[in-house]
Amino acid sequence: MESLFKTVQSVPLNHYILLSAIIFSIGVVGVLIRRNAIVIFMSIELMLNSVNLLLTAFSVYRGDASGQVFVFFIMALAAAEVAVGLAIIVMIYRNTNSVDINVLNRLKW
Amino acid sequence: MSIFYFIAFLSILFSVLVISAKNPVHSILYLILTFFTFTIQYILLNAQFLAIVNFIVYMGAILVLFLYTLMLINLNKDSEPVKSNMVKIAGVLGGGCLLVVVVASLKAIGVSQPVLLKDPGLGLVKNLGKVLFNEFLLPFEVSSLLLLSAMVGAVLLATKDPKTT
Repeated sequence: MESLFKTVQSVPLNHYILLSAIIFSIGVVGVLIRRNAIVIFMSIELMLNSVNLLLTAFSVYRGDASGQVFVFFIMALAAAEVAVGLAIIVMIYRNTNSVDINVLNRLKW
Repeated sequence: MSIFYFIAFLSILFSVLVISAKNPVHSILYLILTFFTFTIQYILLNAQFLAIVNFIVYMGAILVLFLYTLMLINLNKDSEPVKSNMVKIAGVLGGGCLLVVVVASLKAIGVSQPVLLKDPGLGLVKNLGKVLFNEFLLPFEVSSLLLLSAMVGAVLLATKDPKTT
């Protein structure tokens, strides 16, 4: 494990920020161009994960463990969010027989 | 050094595939691969606890929940909604603008230091547990309340209301 970490030691912090920014933008594009509610949800997961990676990189960079604890809380939050969100999507599907978000533009059915 | 760039390339490739795959099941499978590359990144950063939690919670629990829901509501290809090309181009432009703004602000920082691990035991369970149960004890308890309320909410939402049906 130590030798594995040695390989990454020369990566600048900017490249981690760049990677996270690219994946976050891909998540934003996914929210904008898809109409399937579940795929939109997955794009939000992608954004959460890119932020997690960046927090971990900063935590290692600063030598402070608080960043990694925050990532742990974000994961707990994501689990709660997915449970409630998927329950809402199942309920929407039961009422409208589709997961197209354009059906929901009036917030009533 | 090069292993980081290879894994970063793989995560970008798979996340593009997540949002471009036509079939939602394929999207979820690509998302699992994306999260696997993130797990490898955590291992490279020597954050072993987060790597295991990411592996078990995200890939094991959350994505299986997604897959299960998707199988439950039985989408076929005909019901898959497609946005017009105009909206797609506008969405890609919007995301691209966000990326350009972030990268341009990154450019202003200049050259950054390489990520060095000063304390090799930083991401281990022993160290993180001490931080979690000393400084972050109250948020930890509050997050347990959050998970409980989310569980109750999910059960309440997903059960059929006997009066309306």
